[in-house]
This record gives sequence, C-alpha cells and structure tokens, in this order.
Amino acid sequence: MTDRSNTLATIRDNALWMRRQAFTMVHKAQLGHPGGDFSATDIIATLYFGVLRFDPTDPRKPTRDRFVMSKGHATGVLYTALCKAGYYPESWLETYMGPGSKLNGHPNRQYLPGVEANTGPLGHGLPIATGIAIAGQIDGADFRTFVLTGDGELQEGSNWEAAMTAGHRRLNRLTVIVDRNRLQQGQGTEETSSLDPLPEKWRAFGWEVAEVDGHDHAALLEVLGAEPGEKPRCVIANTIKGKGVSFMENQAKWHHGVPNDTQYAQAMEELV
Amino acid sequence: MAQAAAAPQSYKDCRNAWVATVEALAEADPRVVVVVNDSIGSSKLNGFAAKFPDRTVNVGIAEQLMIGVGAGLANGGKIPFVSAAACFLTGRALEQIKADIAYSGYNVKLIGQSSGIAYGELGATHHSIEDLAWLRPMQQITVIVPADAWETEQAIRWAADHEGPVFVRVSRTPVPDLDVPNRSFRAGKAELVREGGDATVIANGTTVHLAAAAADLLKSEGIAIRVLNMATVSPLDEDAVAAAAKTGLIVTVEEANICGGLGGAVAEWTAANHPVRVERMGFDGFRTTGSVEHLFEEAGLTAEGIAARLRAALGRT
Ligand SMILES: Cc1ncc(C[n+]2csc(CCOP(=O)(O)OP(=O)(O)O)c2C)c(N)n1
Ligand SMILES: [Mg+2]
Repeated sequence: MTDRSNTLATIRDNALWMRRQAFTMVHKAQLGHPGGDFSATDIIATLYFGVLRFDPTDPRKPTRDRFVMSKGHATGVLYTALCKAGYYPESWLETYMGPGSKLNGHPNRQYLPGVEANTGPLGHGLPIATGIAIAGQIDGADFRTFVLTGDGELQEGSNWEAAMTAGHRRLNRLTVIVDRNRLQQGQGTEETSSLDPLPEKWRAFGWEVAEVDGHDHAALLEVLGAEPGEKPRCVIANTIKGKGVSFMENQAKWHHGVPNDTQYAQAMEELV
Repeated sequence: MAQAAAAPQSYKDCRNAWVATVEALAEADPRVVVVVNDSIGSSKLNGFAAKFPDRTVNVGIAEQLMIGVGAGLANGGKIPFVSAAACFLTGRALEQIKADIAYSGYNVKLIGQSSGIAYGELGATHHSIEDLAWLRPMQQITVIVPADAWETEQAIRWAADHEGPVFVRVSRTPVPDLDVPNRSFRAGKAELVREGGDATVIANGTTVHLAAAAADLLKSEGIAIRVLNMATVSPLDEDAVAAAAKTGLIVTVEEANICGGLGGAVAEWTAANHPVRVERMGFDGFRTTGSVEHLFEEAGLTAEGIAARLRAALGRT
C-alpha cells in the first residue's frame, strides 16, 4: 500500500472506532450531542490522522498545528479523537461527564491535554483561532490553525467579526471548516435564519472557499492537506447530522438525543 | 441536555409554570411576544410557537441580536419576553442588556432558563451562577429568583404588568411547592417561610425548600431558625434584612456564586448599615462537571448541609 492509502485506511478505521466509542459514552452518560458528533467525525478523523502535526507527549509544543473545536458540544467526537491520538488513555473515556471527570460536557484545556480552548458557548472558536493565527503571522511560524464550527453556530456575529479580520490580515495559515449539516438545535438552519449562499459570504469577507463532501475521507484529506494559499481558507463540509446510524440521520431531535438500550444495540450493529 | 437530579414525583420543573403563564398572557394581550435563540425546545415553547407563530421571534443562535431585537420590539409597542438559557442570555449579551435595556429603559422581560447549575454535566460554560452578580448593579432591572412553580407564575405575571425591565430565573431543577399558607407574591418583599429567633437563613430559588427542611431539623434540636424567601434580589428587602440582623446571625443560601448575588447583596447591606455575622452558602467559583445532585451536595446545599453550617456558626456542634 502507498502512504496515502495507508493514511486513508487509518482514518477510516479510527473514524469508525470514534463513532462507536462516542456513542457508547453517550449511552452510558445518557447525555451528549451525538448528532453533531457524527456529522463531524470524518472531518476530525481526517485532521488528526492525516493532516495535523502534533506530539501528544508535549501537548503545548509551540510548533504544533492547532485545532480549535468551536462546536464544543460535540465532545464525543473530540474526546475520542484526542484519545486515539495518544493524549490520554482509553480508561478516561469511561468517566465522560461523571462527577469531577476531566471529560466535561464541554472541553476544558486546563485539565484535558490536547484541548486548545474552553468552548461550549458558540461563536468563540474562530475569534480564538484568529488570534492564534495572528501570533503565528507575527512570528513567521509555519504551524497551521484549523477551527471547526457548526453551521447554525455561524448565526453568531462574532464569527463574522473574526472572518473580517482574518480576511483583512490575509491569515493564510488559518482554515475554518464549517460542519454544514443544515440542522441546528431545534430545526433546519435555513428555516431559522438562513445561511445560504454561504460560499459567497465567506468570499466576500476575503476568504478562499472550497466545498467538499464531509464524509469523503479522500476528498477531505485533499482539501485540508492542501498547502496554504494567499488568503484564509474556508472549507464547507457538506455533512449529515447523525451520519452512520440510520435512525439518527438528518433528525434534529438527535442533536442532544440519547439512545435507549435498543437504539444503542441497533447503532452498534450499523456502525461496522 | 443535562438530566435533572432524581427528585420525588411531586417536585415540579418550573419551566412548565413559565410556559403556561406566558401562553395565558399572550391569549389575553396581543402585545406579548417571545424572542428566542434557537431555544424554543429548551424554553418549552413548542406549544407557544404553534399557537402564536407570528409572535415567536427566533433570531437563531445570536444572543446579542436577541437582546437588541427585544429592545426594538419594546420600542415598537410590544411586551417582549426574551427567553434563553440563563448563561448565554446574561453572559453573552451583557452589554446589550446594560445599554439597550437597562440604560435605555426598555420594557423587556428577560427569562433566564435552566439557571444556576441546572446544566450540571455540561460544565461551567453552561452553569449560570454569575448572572445575579452581573445584573444586580443595574438597578433599573428587577431581579427575581422564584422558589417554586407557583412563585414562577406570579413573577412572570408581575413582570408582564410591571413597566420596566425584569429578569426572572426559571429553574429546571425540580422543586416542591413551598409549604407556606396563604401566600401572596410581592416583588421586592421577602416571604417568611419559618419563624425563629436564633438565626436567620435568607435563601431564594431552589434552595428555599432545603433551608426550610434545615430549620425543621434544627427545631427538633431546640434551635429556632427564621427562614426568609428573598425571591427578589434587586431591589433588596432592606427591612427584612434589618430584622434578620437582629437575630445575630444570617446565613444566605443560593444556587449562585456567593460573590455578588443574594449573599453579596445581604453582606453589602449589613456591612454598611447593620453589621452582623453573615455566612454565605452557594458556589465559590467555577464548578467541575457532575450531576445537579452531586454539585449541590459538594457545596453543602442540602438540608443537612445547611443545618450543619448553622450549628457550627451557632457553636452548637
Ligand atoms: C452562545 C450559545 N447559544 C446557544 C447555545 C446552545 N446550543 C448548543 S448546540 C446548539 C446548536 C448548534 O447548531 P450547529 O452549530 O449547527 O451545530 P451542529 O449541528 O454541528 O451540532 C445550540 C443552540 C450555545 N451552546 N451557545
Ligand atoms: Mg448544524
């Protein structure tokens, strides 16, 4: 096998493992946001196992690539990725949302290695990532900064303040990935406060834009791994909320729905 | 999201009182509108939205906009009830609350859902224990923390009638109805829950029934504790605090940060006007993850925990 096909096989295997682990954690805790975990799984697996440069034994190494998880509610996918990436042992996953656990309902960088920002309130990740990228620009550093936002999350004005600044400063080592699953908490984004035409919005703010199937590892690897251009890059990843489990796909109620034992068993049969 | 702590059947989720009341108000007054941030479900407003689609303004996930829109709706003659998770409603839009509502004097009702640490497991970003400290210095806003479903309804009705900004906390942590006979809600006035002269507990919200249970425990030990329900944190019922100070010891109890909320208000007022020993119970900073029950226990917010604090302060261990 070539390097690239090895990488793709690793991404595929890890994405499957992440979905199964995340759903097991949500089932045990009877809490979580599995719909948004599953729409983001392939994106995050591609980043951690195909794109980002990091050293789990030195989580704050200055030269590391940064990943900022702006949609902080999707901890099932983030925590399983960081675990598989080697930041902490699998046993930690079992404590998810338990009393005093390091694995909060939303990530905490002060006690969880690999986390860059304490997100949860939406619309914080891109401003922080913009600051990281400005620091890198000042230093002429070669690390890259990636940030994943939800699509509903883009209704927060803070994102557009950051988009304007990043475009203005031509922060070309900054990439935002929009998890475009078209659902927010209660219903569709287009029924709530529409985002379309989304690529045009980002372009107007000075970004280069790529659209990709957010569940196609090869396509994701291609676009996320591509060398930086002249401008900050926005990758609109078209995804399916709840991807991988038939009864969860495209269902708003699985935003923070949690499985009963039967649903859990069925999901485990499908996630193979 | 966070599951409420296991509670007896008779305990009530105050959000049900909130929706029943706002629906009744909207039936009676066409000026009543609700403004939400993708929070129709978490505010239990699905029924309201179905009944009054044109009076349900869902601005999306955009709290600063939500508050500005609330101010604009008030300008246009509406009575807006802006309803969102208390943490985002207050924290994210604090300057809009200050400038657009308090300072501009707009008649907007702020309804803080799932307040306190109701979102236990979701962590400190989602806990709303700083809200009272943030809002209290804006004296134009009446700040109310109802103790149960009945008082939630009364506070929402009072807010609708009152001309001026009001913040009402709505708890999702189930609470029992307070066992106080012949109640009548008076904004800005404390409610006597238990009489006693050895010390006074001043509580509000979800902790009032715990304080009453603590007083009942201590009664059997010969200790007489007065318990006040101080639902209105701002303006503070100074007469009730002055009378409490005469009992020689005040313990404040709240599902909030001990800095700046009810405990802060009582400590400030007594230090300036009627020095007395004040002990503050609540949360002393960001809490870790854990169930509501766990976080209450950790902070001593149980009948036994409050009783223990009183015993210790009275030297009756
Ligand atoms: C400032 C803020 N307002 C509201 C919320 C509550 N909330 C959590 S997730 C969510 C929906 C997010 O939708 P989207 O960004 O599309 O995420 P995804 O579909 O990927 O889960 C909302 C409204 C929040 N976390 N932060
Ligand atoms: Mg979405």
